[in-house]
Amino acid sequence: MHPRFLRNVIIKGLVLFFLIDLVCGGLDPAALGKVSLYNHIFSGRQRFPFGEDSSQSYNLSLFNLDAMFAAHIIAGGQKPVDEYRVILIGDSSTWGTLLRPKETLTGQMNAAGLTLCGKTLRVYNLGYPTISLTKDLMVLDYALRYQPDLVIWLTSLEAFPDENQLTSPIVANNAARVDDLISRYNLPLSPNDPALIRPGFWDSTLIGQRRALADLFRLQVYGVLWTATGIDQTYPADYQAAQTDFNKDVLYHGMHPPTLDASQLAFGVFEAGLRLAGETPVILVNEPMLVSVGENSDLRYNFLYPRWAYDQWRVMMSVRAAAGDWNYLDLWNVIPADQFTNSSIHLTPAGEALLAGRVEQAVLQQSCP
Amino acid sequence: MTLALILVSILVATTLGLVVRNRGRLPLLLGICTLAVYAFQPVLPVRSLDFWLPTGTLALATLAWVLTTPQEQRSWRVNWPAAVILIGIVLVLGLTRFLGFSVYLTASRPPQTLQILAALAVVTLIAFLLTRFTKPGRAILTGAFVLIILLFIILKVPTLATLVSMGLRRLNQQATSLALAQDLRWLGFSYIAFRLLHTIRDRQSGRLPVVSLSEYVVYVIFFPGLTAGPIDRIERFVGDLRRPLTLTTDDLGESGKRLVLGLFKKFVIADVLSMIALNATNALQVHLAGWAWVLLYAYAFQLYFDFSGYTDIAIGLGRLLGIKLPENFNAPYLKPNLTQFWNNWHMTLTQWFRAYFFNPVTRALRSGKKPLPIPVVIFITQLGTMVLIGLWHGVTVNFFVWGLWHGLGLFFHNRWSELTRPRFATLSPRWQKALNVGGILVTFNFVAIGWVFFALPNLSISVNYLRVLFGLA
Repeated sequence: MHPRFLRNVIIKGLVLFFLIDLVCGGLDPAALGKVSLYNHIFSGRQRFPFGEDSSQSYNLSLFNLDAMFAAHIIAGGQKPVDEYRVILIGDSSTWGTLLRPKETLTGQMNAAGLTLCGKTLRVYNLGYPTISLTKDLMVLDYALRYQPDLVIWLTSLEAFPDENQLTSPIVANNAARVDDLISRYNLPLSPNDPALIRPGFWDSTLIGQRRALADLFRLQVYGVLWTATGIDQTYPADYQAAQTDFNKDVLYHGMHPPTLDASQLAFGVFEAGLRLAGETPVILVNEPMLVSVGENSDLRYNFLYPRWAYDQWRVMMSVRAAAGDWNYLDLWNVIPADQFTNSSIHLTPAGEALLAGRVEQAVLQQSCP
Repeated sequence: MTLALILVSILVATTLGLVVRNRGRLPLLLGICTLAVYAFQPVLPVRSLDFWLPTGTLALATLAWVLTTPQEQRSWRVNWPAAVILIGIVLVLGLTRFLGFSVYLTASRPPQTLQILAALAVVTLIAFLLTRFTKPGRAILTGAFVLIILLFIILKVPTLATLVSMGLRRLNQQATSLALAQDLRWLGFSYIAFRLLHTIRDRQSGRLPVVSLSEYVVYVIFFPGLTAGPIDRIERFVGDLRRPLTLTTDDLGESGKRLVLGLFKKFVIADVLSMIALNATNALQVHLAGWAWVLLYAYAFQLYFDFSGYTDIAIGLGRLLGIKLPENFNAPYLKPNLTQFWNNWHMTLTQWFRAYFFNPVTRALRSGKKPLPIPVVIFITQLGTMVLIGLWHGVTVNFFVWGLWHGLGLFFHNRWSELTRPRFATLSPRWQKALNVGGILVTFNFVAIGWVFFALPNLSISVNYLRVLFGLA
């Protein structure tokens, strides 16, 4: 082998590498997310990809909304004519932490085999395990292209504080989508919020995108084990039960009793969601939470909420629901305390069944077009 | 081995090969290999064991050299630099415990200096006594051989390893209830043991060349092949070592190619396949035959790409240092029968067993007063060889069954080919080709099914998985 040949190989290799890297800088790497093996080679996922322990859960968290939807069963083809399509939007409670897909609210509603307006009710789990109305809005905005007949939006006070809107990693890493929502709906959020991550040119090169690209690739590879096992999260035999004893802390996101400051809550984002749904009916659900009986439970309902703040928020919701003619279900205390698992909003399968019964009643009362 | 360690190894080998060349090559190589034994050793939960095991490797190599070297060749005058390097490095590494920061050369903080000094004194004293009062006779070499086998058994039998770990934990006043067989993960011991056994057996048969302490220790702990082989032969290795290092662009090109290929195989292909490869957890979660086969094939290819990737890296590194390590894999999954598969999978291991077990046992069974019939000899030797290869991976029922599976496969293939060879020889080339393709498919699947026992921890999970594979679950 001639030394010049070796030198040329190295030089050409480096030049090609940098050229490809720079060219990739001009592309939109997020668009790659639309290319998916799910719903083609692998079964579509029953809920969004999310998880930390990938080797055990065959799942992972990523911020590419295109890829998340492309991996979801909702993207698995045209909507059948005989399907009454219901989408569920919400947090980890809707997503189903510690629950198998068939045990979630979605799974239990599908198992009920309901029909509405002469069509088979088919429910899709679009919950994602972070609490933020802006995240919900982003998911809803994307999900509407799948032609839902009904949106069920489960939420809780914790999704409302302004400071929770943009800090969720999936929101922070989708600044362009948030900008779009802000401008379309005049959201009370700032596009200059430092929580929003705005990639520079180098971040969008092949090197800058290596983590995102690797995640996309890993998501496809884990499609094998998802399809083969139906497992998409870890189910520990033991977990720490939700806290029921608390100290005397009654602060809520820096707010002191007795008055919950509505101006610090993102009702504007919430109402934008209702406008976004347009003609599609929306059932709003104040999701069940643990009402604990323990130390200082006269001050706090649970780990998330001091009583004063939560009670005032419920009143605000009721007033706005009545004024706006919302289809609003306040199910905050319908689940017994022993049906909560590792947090004040995560339910056992039996708890989900109770909730499903209540939500199904509301769904069946929908009028047909 | 981590990517970072491999990249550092490439940097070190390139520097040695290009910059240092022949100036002090052997002592430098000895020093670097010695450091690598410590640097590559993973952290162990038993206190200081990750320092003592590499030290044990060096002690074993040194004592094995003394035992396998003719008395007149054990000259202090020739070998003192090697002894000084070995002792010096152990001492210096031991002294790093007094630095306020980690030097990344030892897995954890080294033990007390006094303990290290005492251990070095004991090893030196034993080496001195052996040098002075022994010669490489049959009895002492057999003793050494048995001792290494015993050590091997202790490490590879989970119950024994756990007991030893409990003992060590007790000595260190650590919780004995936490003792596990994995506590004794002695980096590269499987390969080191094979090299030591090879030199001991060759000394017994008079085939071992005379080598210096430096050459012997570098052969045993040559860092590119420390963790995953290949198992070289000492006469070939030392031949390369004694040849002046003249790195040509061919060497650089070949080395670069093998390194890039090895890194790609290991860190891209094998690591991706490992995400979906069969393991003890997913074996219990899969219930459909089709997907069970996918996981099994992923495991088969992951194993191949991981192992052959490491071999490529070792060969590439060796080439930079002027050592042409032997090949270990030659497209084994594309071989049309099991015999050819084993001639091309982990070749240096099978060659080792052929030289030190299969051939001698065959000779013994054939040369007795009443020689056994050939099929019986083949049955005994092939089954014996493969069961031993299985147990080399770990003394467990599953590895035993894996060895049995391959031993029986080899025996049946041998008999089948005896029967059919004359008939197949007359077939047209097209039929020959079809037979070849069919043979590849059958062989690959036979090997893949065998991996079920290799990948899974016990027989009940393995049998259950086989039922899933064949739709019987």
